[in-house]
Amino acid sequence: MKSIFTGPTWVALATVAAMNASVAFAAQTSITVGMQLEPPNLDPTGGAAAAIDEVVYANVFEGLTRYRADGSVVPALAKSWTISDDGLVYTFSLHDGVTFHDGSAMDAADVKFSLDRARAEDSTNAQKRLFTGIASVDVVDPLTVKITLSNPDGGFITNLAWGDAVIVAPESIDDAKTAPVGTGPFTMSRWVQGDRVELARNPDYWGAPVALEKATFKFISDPTAAFAAMMAGDIDAFPNYPAPETLPQFEADSRFSVIVGSTEGETILSTNNKADHLSDIRIRRAIAHAIDRQAIVDGAMFGLGTPIGTHFAPHHPDYVDLTSGSAHDPAKARALLKEAGAENLTLSLKLPPPAYARRGGEIIAAQLREVGIGTEIENLEWAQWLEQVFRGKDFDLTIVSHTEPMDIGIYANPDYYFQYDSAAFQGMIEDLKFATDPADRTRLLQAAQRQIAGDYVNGFLFQLARTGVANAKINGLWENAPTQANDLTGVNWSD
Amino acid sequence: MLSYILSRLAMLALSLVVASLVIFVMIEMVPGDPASFMLGLNAAPDTVAALRAELGLGGSPPQRYLRWVGGMLQGDFGTSYTYRAPVAELVTARLAVSLPLAVMALTLSTMIAIPVGLYAASRRGTAGDWSVMGLTQLGIAVPNFWFAMILVVIFAIQLRWFSAGGFPGWDAGILPSLKALTLPAVALALPQASILARVMRSSVLEVLGQDYIRTARAKGLSQRRTLTDHALRNALIPVLTIIGLQFSFLIAGAIIIENVFFLPGLGRLVFQGITQRDLIVVESVVMLLVFAVILVNFLVDIAYGFADPRLRRR
Repeated sequence: MKSIFTGPTWVALATVAAMNASVAFAAQTSITVGMQLEPPNLDPTGGAAAAIDEVVYANVFEGLTRYRADGSVVPALAKSWTISDDGLVYTFSLHDGVTFHDGSAMDAADVKFSLDRARAEDSTNAQKRLFTGIASVDVVDPLTVKITLSNPDGGFITNLAWGDAVIVAPESIDDAKTAPVGTGPFTMSRWVQGDRVELARNPDYWGAPVALEKATFKFISDPTAAFAAMMAGDIDAFPNYPAPETLPQFEADSRFSVIVGSTEGETILSTNNKADHLSDIRIRRAIAHAIDRQAIVDGAMFGLGTPIGTHFAPHHPDYVDLTSGSAHDPAKARALLKEAGAENLTLSLKLPPPAYARRGGEIIAAQLREVGIGTEIENLEWAQWLEQVFRGKDFDLTIVSHTEPMDIGIYANPDYYFQYDSAAFQGMIEDLKFATDPADRTRLLQAAQRQIAGDYVNGFLFQLARTGVANAKINGLWENAPTQANDLTGVNWSD
Repeated sequence: MLSYILSRLAMLALSLVVASLVIFVMIEMVPGDPASFMLGLNAAPDTVAALRAELGLGGSPPQRYLRWVGGMLQGDFGTSYTYRAPVAELVTARLAVSLPLAVMALTLSTMIAIPVGLYAASRRGTAGDWSVMGLTQLGIAVPNFWFAMILVVIFAIQLRWFSAGGFPGWDAGILPSLKALTLPAVALALPQASILARVMRSSVLEVLGQDYIRTARAKGLSQRRTLTDHALRNALIPVLTIIGLQFSFLIAGAIIIENVFFLPGLGRLVFQGITQRDLIVVESVVMLLVFAVILVNFLVDIAYGFADPRLRRR
């Protein structure tokens, strides 16, 4: 039997060695980026999945304005704009000579088409609310477009920087789900579903050409596999690295750099403000004091994440640190519960799949038990969570990270799943819509933060950190995530 | 033989109808709406309604069932909600990974298991037999995802002979594709080979105890010829059953190994379909898998018929 097996074994080994020789040297103008989730499709104007923007934002599609890595919003396809004194009319002048990947010119008519499509009756844009304030979009000339709002909106320029507001062409939009055609510095060259998306440099790009010739996004859902792929060198960068417990190994290895930044994700213990007991502010306050945020960050997030005391990103200039108002104080929590006559409380805690929720949920359950609140933990898939918690409002507590930038406005909607109904807060958000003066906006935003913190609407836990791992020779990856994106326009390799 | 095949065919058709009903009812009961999953937390209710209309999620359950089954009979498996691509196309693309992987794993496990099982049976009670029994016990006990990770650590991270995973696609060349499937196939083959080797061993032992083997030996046939000419053929029947079961398992059941090696296989397509409530993909793929399993069992039944003439006359 010996002789049977030796032959094939040697052939196999020789073949493997030969195959390796051919792939030993990779050109340094290509990059392979790892992502945990595959985008369901590649049209950022027709779905909420973060993975869509993580492939196409700034790379394939561009809007009138765009986010930069530091969170600022800068001109993109719009060269400049003017705003009328009443804050209602925005006149954008567009860059000249911009073409879509199919060669057709990008002009004011495409801008009108894109925005009208997003706000249309039958629009399936996941962020349609960004566009509901638009009264009309008019083409002045091919390079000038006039947008009229029904009310002034200080955040309008920022709204246009979202991935959902990119400019698309009527000729190519029907196939955008699988063959996106944008104006960006990369064109989509191939999508091997289930495995990867390949982008190639757009030779006709209107702006500064990018350093990379080829970019591949590879989809690896399993954290252990992500670790192995990085270690084996199959992946050059994993900007949202899913296995934080292995970060020390990358930190200790000079081949890699570890990138820790911030996201727009406020992670909160969402509380059903209309549920029995929880409509009582004393009980919500007791829960807030029962929570030890740092213990959750340390235990569930391996120490990565900044504690927050309200629903606002700490890196934002208008952020107010209100964590002291809900400091960890079990004695106070017990006293509040006693006062409210709720000493034997049991609440449901419904947890969606992410690790911050599942691991954080166990820790919160233990912390609540310490002050005498029992919890019934139920683990849900996202689809179930959306149905039961988000739409059905059938829950007491849940943990979720709200990842949209500047989303404090969700507290003004009394039908939103945590059902917070405060006329005072709704008034502030209404005033904010009309405020264009920066000082006024700051004052209102800070008052809004204080209002929801003082009402103990939700348990405010921590700002989600972003941890990435990359080959140490790669420069220009985003550290923070002001929006969900893997912007490769500034990425290059050092020798 | 013909009536035997016909009766098997009738069973096949009946199983398919029952399976399609069970699958449809189960999927109908799953909570969660694909449209709201796709649109996320900030979508307005009218946006969700618009998307539901666009996806064609309307109609009563019986109408939808008939539409689904009717479509499948004409070769139309529906369009994926999330990918917006025909399910048939998605399945074909995934089968291009799953099928070769299953064939490789099964070939490997059969090539190992049959000689090993035969060897152990012919050396019953010796040290060789005991070591085969011990090793196969270990092969069954070791979880295959763990074994897969060990393979990755040794051959991808340390030796750098293979990629840690992924699949380049057949158009990138046959060798790179086979190479990408090698570690996963080995990881899948180990427990299968262990099971198969043990089945082979006990089956050969059972046959060796039969009267006709004693007769063969008594008329002067060598032990080797008795084994190959008389015992092997009869001993293969239970082994064929196991191979059939293993093959259908490998096509869809490789999901854990597909995750470890991030291969775009059929198992992951179903898994993704479930989490994203891409129910049409789940329904159609599960139906196809049921069809595959039933078909394989049918073929195994026919193979019995050839291996054992007595079955044909039943």
